[in-house]
Amino acid sequence: MFRFIVRRLLQLIPTLFGLSLLLFIWLRRLPGGPETAILGERGTPEMRAAIRRNMGLDEPILVQYGRFVRRMIKLDLGTSTSTKRAVTTEFIERFPGTVELTITAMIIAIGVGIPLGYLAARRRGRFLDHASVGGSLIGICIPVFFLGYVLKAIFSENLHWFPSSGRQDPTLGATRVTNFFVLDGLMTREWDAAVDALWHLVLPSIALASIPLAIIVRITRASVLEVLNEDFVRTAEAKGLTEQTVRRRHVLRNAMLPVATSIGLLAGGLLSGAVLTETVFAFSGIGAFVAEAIGQRDYPVLMGFILIIAVVYVLVNLLVDLSYSFIDPRVRVR
Amino acid sequence: MRAPRPKVAIAAVAVAALAVAGCAESNRDDKSSGSKKDTLVFGVAGDPKVLDPSFASDGESLRVARQVFETLVRPEEGGTKVTPGLAESWTPDAAGTTWTFKLRSGVKFHDGTDFNAEAVCVNFNRWYNAKGLMQSPDVTAYWQDVMGGFAKNEDAELPPSLFKSCTAKDATTVDLSFTRVSSKIPAALMLPSFSIHSPKALQEFDASNVAGTAEDIKYPAYATEHPTGTGPFKFKSWDVANKTLTLERNEDYSGAKAKLKTLIFKTISDENARKQALRSGDIQGYDLVGPADVEPLKSEGFNMLTRPAFNVLYLAINQKGNPKLADIRVRQAIAYALNRQQLVTSKLPPGAKVADNFMPDTVEGWNGDVTKYTYDPAKAKALLAEAGASNLTLKFHYPTEVTRPYMPNPKDIFELLSADLKAVGITVEAIPLKWSPDYLNATTSGSKHDIHFLGWTGDYGDAYNFIGTFFDRPKDEWGFNNKALFEQFKDADTTADIAARTEKYKALNKSVMEFLPGVPISHSPPAIVFGKDVTGVKASPLTDERYATAEFK
Repeated sequence: MFRFIVRRLLQLIPTLFGLSLLLFIWLRRLPGGPETAILGERGTPEMRAAIRRNMGLDEPILVQYGRFVRRMIKLDLGTSTSTKRAVTTEFIERFPGTVELTITAMIIAIGVGIPLGYLAARRRGRFLDHASVGGSLIGICIPVFFLGYVLKAIFSENLHWFPSSGRQDPTLGATRVTNFFVLDGLMTREWDAAVDALWHLVLPSIALASIPLAIIVRITRASVLEVLNEDFVRTAEAKGLTEQTVRRRHVLRNAMLPVATSIGLLAGGLLSGAVLTETVFAFSGIGAFVAEAIGQRDYPVLMGFILIIAVVYVLVNLLVDLSYSFIDPRVRVR
Repeated sequence: MRAPRPKVAIAAVAVAALAVAGCAESNRDDKSSGSKKDTLVFGVAGDPKVLDPSFASDGESLRVARQVFETLVRPEEGGTKVTPGLAESWTPDAAGTTWTFKLRSGVKFHDGTDFNAEAVCVNFNRWYNAKGLMQSPDVTAYWQDVMGGFAKNEDAELPPSLFKSCTAKDATTVDLSFTRVSSKIPAALMLPSFSIHSPKALQEFDASNVAGTAEDIKYPAYATEHPTGTGPFKFKSWDVANKTLTLERNEDYSGAKAKLKTLIFKTISDENARKQALRSGDIQGYDLVGPADVEPLKSEGFNMLTRPAFNVLYLAINQKGNPKLADIRVRQAIAYALNRQQLVTSKLPPGAKVADNFMPDTVEGWNGDVTKYTYDPAKAKALLAEAGASNLTLKFHYPTEVTRPYMPNPKDIFELLSADLKAVGITVEAIPLKWSPDYLNATTSGSKHDIHFLGWTGDYGDAYNFIGTFFDRPKDEWGFNNKALFEQFKDADTTADIAARTEKYKALNKSVMEFLPGVPISHSPPAIVFGKDVTGVKASPLTDERYATAEFK
């Protein structure tokens, strides 16, 4: 087990090297560079050349890559060309927002999706089944940003129940510790700030949860239906076990394998959803920041982001693989 | 392995919450921020880049700077005329190269130190003596735009400095000397980039230490955490994690104190999201209102302010692109082919005007008596035939994913203009590109572009800032080399007498419209909106709105 984990982590190193070299060359081959984005309509060719010289962008690409690798080894991601602040600082300030948002969305998607999918399978062909299958189709088809605008139009503009933008009411002047606003509120006992941060999470996380929720409902339903037709379920029922025991120990545990796999895959999709959600809800996170960095040709931010995502992706999939062995004793990692 | 029970999970979360509770120090002010009526949250389209305006050229950094800092001279409220700021009066000497400024007395910086002539010189000398990365055009864009170079230019490309020296004659009298006469002085000193900082704070927080290496420019702490000026608001905090920047009232302000206790700028980059935030009460005003939202928001009772148009949208023609474009008749044909009035009426906000000069009529030197190219497709066709360009094909670049004050809806503008060109027999090859950096890169460098549109918002009320920026030297955007025109610009810029200079700019506008390097299209008035109960702000053509006078009714 331990060796398996170490092996998987060691595989990260060549992956990151290959990825960073490809990305480095690809980014610099794109037309235009940070100098154009920085100067906007005011740029003259001389000014642009001066900035390129200053940033060392006029040197051979491998020399630049060498410098980048030397910095990487020291875990230094450099400075953002658009904000002139350390990339690490930018990420530390913005990642928590995205993590808060995606975790909340995932809790909604799993917490609602699995029970709903299970119930739909148990009541196959009845109203609830049709409603959840139809609803999930809508959930998959509606663009996240459109759903965001609709949610805001109803719950913020008309009903004034929830705020329409941001992560926290700025007039509260809340203390920052970790930049996880809910956690910060608890840590400093500024309860109102914690509640306010949660309140700000409601609409964006619902918008972001729409697609994974729909997918989880459908996969759970299909998977439960398949398990319900298995012989061992009939055997369990024939043995006279209570419905609850059958459901939990036989049906759900067996049906959860494909669902667990899909959750791992959905985590990646959440990030692209987060870009749109963060933009629509003016939510300070990494998604919208990186989307902007592409337009700014902010090389250091883009490089840092992709590498971190690669690490996260590997770790999430490792966790998913490990969770199999808890769900299904047949998949034992030795 | 049993599935955990929900009760257990809830208990675990509760225990975890209790465990972290109170394990960090709250540093909140004790006073409740309950009264919202002296706090204005204003929505802006982007984060400020830097808090030291010496290094800023983006609108959002300058917006913050204008509340925290003051300049020697400033635009009149709601206009572009030069009026007193930290200086009460100013006079040039006979040669026009040394200007004497009489300063206000009794003014203090936010750190309690005195503002005086000495402080002014510390600031000018700081900019003039910039070294290393501080000479990079993205760091000191406006200094280079106005003054050219520095005491010691480290880049051979940099021109000599217009600024020469600063002399403090007594506490309230300061002389600024320049190497030549320039029409930019004193108007350019209104730019927030020439804000006067506290010398003590500059030193304390190492303000000129723009450090780092070639590709890692790092700003000093002063520029990110400690901007210290004399303005009606003081900097309080910049919360990147919540996209908000908070200013508070300067209780020791020498003029009329701000009516707001707290002013918060909140970044909401999406235009629709800003509108929804205003309607739901998250914010009490925002800038860069979409033209389509002006009337609806007005009718809902929001306070809509329209800035006098201080910008120009133009169609640029690159004479190095298609060889036919170097023929004046082809350029004239393009000008006659465009139905600019229809574009203004149907696609631009109320109050927009067709442009006859490459600058708005609010700037001295504007000329109503230039060659006008009124819509005339028949004439356009005739001119094309005469130039042997009846089957002309043009690559037409237009930008996507952007709104600018001068072009609220690039795609609509492109569709109208290209329909006009097609109507006179020109084949249009559409090339949509993402605004930053692809479009800007393709249209302002190299020689592969034919026609595109772009624009400009003035920095201060000076003709050179518009037409000089476009046409005073060869530029890739236009691809022409008209030495006579360049000389004419140089002559106008170095004329000391204001009346004579204005005449020269009028003549220049005439020359430009005869040479027709491109076609000026329109001037659009941008809108800025405030909540139903917020009053007291006056719209400024230079985006120099003063939030100190904002109040809740």
